[in-house]
Amino acid sequence: MPPSRDVSIWVMLAAVIIVPLLLAAASPLLQWRGPVYIAAGFAGILGLALMLMQPLLISGWLPGLSAYRARRIHRWIGGLLVGAIVLHVGGLWIVSPPDVVDVLLFRSPTPFSVWGVTAMWAVFATAVLSLLRRRLRARIWRNGHMALASVIVVGTVVHAVLIEGAMETVSKVALCSLVLLAAVKVIFDAYQRQMRRPPARRQLDNRNQE
Amino acid sequence: MRGGSNNYRPDAPIVERIGGGGFWMTGTVRQAGDGKPLAGQRIQIWAHTTEGYESDWASHGATLTDANGVFRLEMPQIVPAFGQPHGHLAYDSGEFETVFLRPVMNSARDKSLEAHFVLKPA
Repeated sequence: MPPSRDVSIWVMLAAVIIVPLLLAAASPLLQWRGPVYIAAGFAGILGLALMLMQPLLISGWLPGLSAYRARRIHRWIGGLLVGAIVLHVGGLWIVSPPDVVDVLLFRSPTPFSVWGVTAMWAVFATAVLSLLRRRLRARIWRNGHMALASVIVVGTVVHAVLIEGAMETVSKVALCSLVLLAAVKVIFDAYQRQMRRPPARRQLDNRNQE
Repeated sequence: MRGGSNNYRPDAPIVERIGGGGFWMTGTVRQAGDGKPLAGQRIQIWAHTTEGYESDWASHGATLTDANGVFRLEMPQIVPAFGQPHGHLAYDSGEFETVFLRPVMNSARDKSLEAHFVLKPA
């Protein structure tokens, strides 16, 4: 039986992810939307929720998971994120092709689109980078991924917060805040770890790591 | 206006009301330069409402401006779509240059939306 503290962490994580999804499922807007539109919207919401898991996994804060296992799940969720985005954008395109074409060509009238599109390309770039991971020098992989992750998190959060849609507002802002906080903490910790190493060791690490 | 012509379906019929009503789209049509109100101008209107998508034929309707260049058309309640509660209007009758408007509502709870046209001769 795992310690009760460990269980609470997982329960809290589940709640933080499930509550916004449930509240969105209760949105009055859904009654005026068809199944494709609803699915497209929820693919986006799910993507946002998954984004909370990513920094938590890679930081090793989730109890009961070995670092190795956590990294594997992190990669798997990365793949899921790509899928979620494809479903989100693809589904919306089916609902209203001209609106999505505008977004992809950076000429949409809505203020949140450019944030979403930028986050989207950053996710795709991260996926490509991760496929090339073993061929890259550790420092390039790490810094590249963290830079892209920053773009992804900021883009996604601003995109979500500016949208008036199925997500209930308080739970949306709460989830977005947690996503931002988790990402900032993980990136900051990694940066600190990097800076704390003596210069010679830092260089050796960069050559030998991974 | 950006995105204004999205889901435009030309030749929407002039109607007394689009669908079941409950929401008012209003505005004015004036001539560029001197601001003279333009009467009898055909304004087409569509939006994502409680009764259908922008792309549904039934969501489209048209009305004419009165002697003061004012138009009012009742339509179903507009609901947020693609992240914003908004409507679409078009002047596309040839005498003046075509204009598409895409006004955004201040609140999804509003029961009306205004948009104003300033038309240049074609």
